[in-house]
Amino acid sequence: MNLSFQLNGKPWQLDCEPADTLAEVLRNQLNLNGTKVSCEVQVCGACTVLVDNVPVSACTYLAYEARGKNVMTIEGLEKPDGTLHPLQQAFIDEFAFQCGFCTPGMIMAAKALLDDNPKPTRDEIIHHMDGNICRCTGYVPIVAAIERAAESMAREKKS
Amino acid sequence: MSAEKKTDFHVVNHSLPRRDGRVKVTGKAQYVADLKLIGMAYAKVLRSPYAHAKIISIDKSRAESDPGVHCVVTGYDLEGLNPYYGHAVKDHPLLAIDKVRYAGEPVAAVVAVDERTAFEALELIDVKYEELKAVLTPQEASAKDAPLLHEKKFEAGALRGFEGEVTAGKGTNICQTHKIQWGDVEKAFKEAASVVEGDYYFPMTYAYAMEPYVAVAEVADQDVIIYSSAQHPFMVRHDLKSVFNLPVSSVRLIVPFVGGGYGSKSYTKIEPLVAACSWKAKRPVKLQLTVEEAMLTTRSDDAYTWMRTAVDKNGKIIARQAKIVMNTGAYAENSPLVVEKSTNRCVGPYAIPNVLIENTSLYTNTVPASSYRGFGCAQVTLPGESQIDELAKKIGKDPYEFRLANAAKPGEEFFPGMRPFDGTLKQDLETAAKAIGWGTPLPKGHGRTVAVSGSDAGAYPLTSTAIRVHADGSVTIMTGSTELGQGSHTVLPQIAAEELGVPFEKVRVVSADTAITPYDRSTGASRTTTLMGSAVLEASREAIQQMVVMAADVLKVKVEEIQTVRGGVRCGEAQLNWSEVISKFYALPDGEVIGRAYIRKSGRFSALPVFWEAAATACEISVDEETGKITMEKLATVGDVGLAINPALAEGQDLGAATMGMGIGLFEELVYDGAQLMNGSILDYRLPRFSDLPKEVELHLVQNQDGVGPYGAKGGGEASLNSMAANIANAVDSAVGVRIRQAPLTPERVWRALKEKKVQGSKV
Repeated sequence: MNLSFQLNGKPWQLDCEPADTLAEVLRNQLNLNGTKVSCEVQVCGACTVLVDNVPVSACTYLAYEARGKNVMTIEGLEKPDGTLHPLQQAFIDEFAFQCGFCTPGMIMAAKALLDDNPKPTRDEIIHHMDGNICRCTGYVPIVAAIERAAESMAREKKS
Repeated sequence: MSAEKKTDFHVVNHSLPRRDGRVKVTGKAQYVADLKLIGMAYAKVLRSPYAHAKIISIDKSRAESDPGVHCVVTGYDLEGLNPYYGHAVKDHPLLAIDKVRYAGEPVAAVVAVDERTAFEALELIDVKYEELKAVLTPQEASAKDAPLLHEKKFEAGALRGFEGEVTAGKGTNICQTHKIQWGDVEKAFKEAASVVEGDYYFPMTYAYAMEPYVAVAEVADQDVIIYSSAQHPFMVRHDLKSVFNLPVSSVRLIVPFVGGGYGSKSYTKIEPLVAACSWKAKRPVKLQLTVEEAMLTTRSDDAYTWMRTAVDKNGKIIARQAKIVMNTGAYAENSPLVVEKSTNRCVGPYAIPNVLIENTSLYTNTVPASSYRGFGCAQVTLPGESQIDELAKKIGKDPYEFRLANAAKPGEEFFPGMRPFDGTLKQDLETAAKAIGWGTPLPKGHGRTVAVSGSDAGAYPLTSTAIRVHADGSVTIMTGSTELGQGSHTVLPQIAAEELGVPFEKVRVVSADTAITPYDRSTGASRTTTLMGSAVLEASREAIQQMVVMAADVLKVKVEEIQTVRGGVRCGEAQLNWSEVISKFYALPDGEVIGRAYIRKSGRFSALPVFWEAAATACEISVDEETGKITMEKLATVGDVGLAINPALAEGQDLGAATMGMGIGLFEELVYDGAQLMNGSILDYRLPRFSDLPKEVELHLVQNQDGVGPYGAKGGGEASLNSMAANIANAVDSAVGVRIRQAPLTPERVWRALKEKKVQGSKV
């Protein structure tokens, strides 16, 4: 079946099977391997991408559902000049990952939060991020990274 | 190296940003799951529904004639291979042969053009089984009429990691036994002023590396090339060389970034199977397990421990005795070493004059158990550290003071025949106690505890490396260590940059390709910073020695006239940096110098363990007496790491480990109901989440430069896990007065214990 959608700000058209998940299309057809697949049951959040700015689990979201919509993956965050998104920079600065397998999904979930709520409290961060599992860090540095990114985004906005 | 207490560090001991930062936050980091080879096919695995059954027949004709299927591989298609592997005991067939030994065991693999075709063809394979009686617990496995899991005799593997014999394959279900003994335990318990005794259970747990096991194999022209998510590529190479009967040089393991390991990816897992698939299909094959399948591949050994500990009238611990029974599942994997380690780790880190620990692991018809972060230490630290608190309470001592009084002292040979203790537990405990607010008032229903762990870590010292210094002064480190997230790609360049005096940014790492990178035994047991770090340090110095000789040649002076300075050499007025030395030596602005180092069990590494991994953890919890739910109010970790090459990374390891330990203390447990794993999915296996993180966290490091590693460094990253289950059990007792000797302390278990206490209270 034919599928057209916006991907990281550009229009895309491709053929896919009705049963293909968004993660399969991204990874297998488009070689966008930043979206990681782990639990495949919408529990771990590793495959989180944004569809019309809402975080979804690409492992179970059918590619077909994305027709006409705006999909953003981790590959869409870095600016063309190589500048990292404040969240990406904050994850580096706060050592908010180790193995890195959960990181793209973690950053996309956090982006959805900060786009919606630029000044979240610690409790709001914890509540929003509860659908993303990290087995390495113990979460504390991820919370710190999201707080740091929120601050730097607020500063960017001011200036 | 401990004599050399250097402190004016340029690069080392600084929290530099991770070298793999940018690729990991942009989604560009490559894992095996992301790999595609030209002409690659995909494999899916048919698994046994029975825990123990004879295979009567396998009909694969329908599956093989399915469009898109290249071939179907079973245990009967392996003629020409040695299908049994195992570094400790060669008991594990790469696909079931003659019988299956656990529900979930691979029976056949379909290789097809894509995953979906392979998956759908699994249904077309017809396997007839004759069910056999299964044994699911060590108690059942050791019963007189218990069926045998393994009928064959096994030879001990040369790379089993310990000096004793293996027990497996002697006509019983015993996989391994181990015993340590010193002093006179019976006499000590008779003379003791006070004794505590109890039975404890540590559950089966699942590491949940978020990247499930995955490998791509290309077997062609007598060569085996495997890309795998393995922690120990050189160990896997050894197994593959034996399966295919090939020289070492014909087997190549390549490990890109690994999506979490925690011990669960140590040693050989799916590599022989995927290699056999490629061998049969005559093309590259990828095998990507699901998380559910990963849960059917490896778990931790669960452990039943009876333990007693005695003190004299002065509050000095005089004896400890334990009998441990471990459940190793259907295959030995690394459990023989886990048995040895858990036996040893019953003692530490206390100086106890009379000790008797006996340990037996049994084969059962359950998922094979193997390494799990801390290697059997968490299993026995639950009883060990619980009894320290139980004993302190019984004799009316403060448990923190009681630990301080009995902990092994720096330099003390508290474990006969082993390396004297190289940590500072007093300082670890003091730091942890201060962080948790020891002695300050607590609200009702809150409990506060400290606990320690000291384990014989570092595995076996066999590690080599090559450091290539290029003509522009940049450097490439060739290391067999794998980057699992622990930060070796950051820490190793810090050491090379420190030694060579070149900028950190100019040092790159090529890692874990057995055809390219020099031999490194393993990436586990917290050994990389200590052993590979030492190799990088020594290889850097060896490169400098070579460049000094080159500089003398270039400057036409005697070698003795050359003086080294940071980043280069000086001779009188002349000063050359490494780039100039190399370029002038070759008379071209290109070429390189290769520094080498070989670390073996010799010199400062002749005593085992390589180091004692020590850490203290402290926590404050509250218990909801209505529901039994535990809330982590505060957590503190203190890693006794000698010297942190990168303090932020070392602290991150401690927090990650403590969080895993907290998971086991609170809710993680694989549950069998009969032959089937009942919670074999992440939907049902409860893991720590954001909402479980303690309300306050403090991370500390103790850095006395007392390790054998670079600049006095030692490993970390396991010890903070080990004591957490005991810490939580102790804190519950301190908060609400119930002693629970089983992990996890689920709300139901706490609630039941509270209810029982009430019933007993009302009877009095």
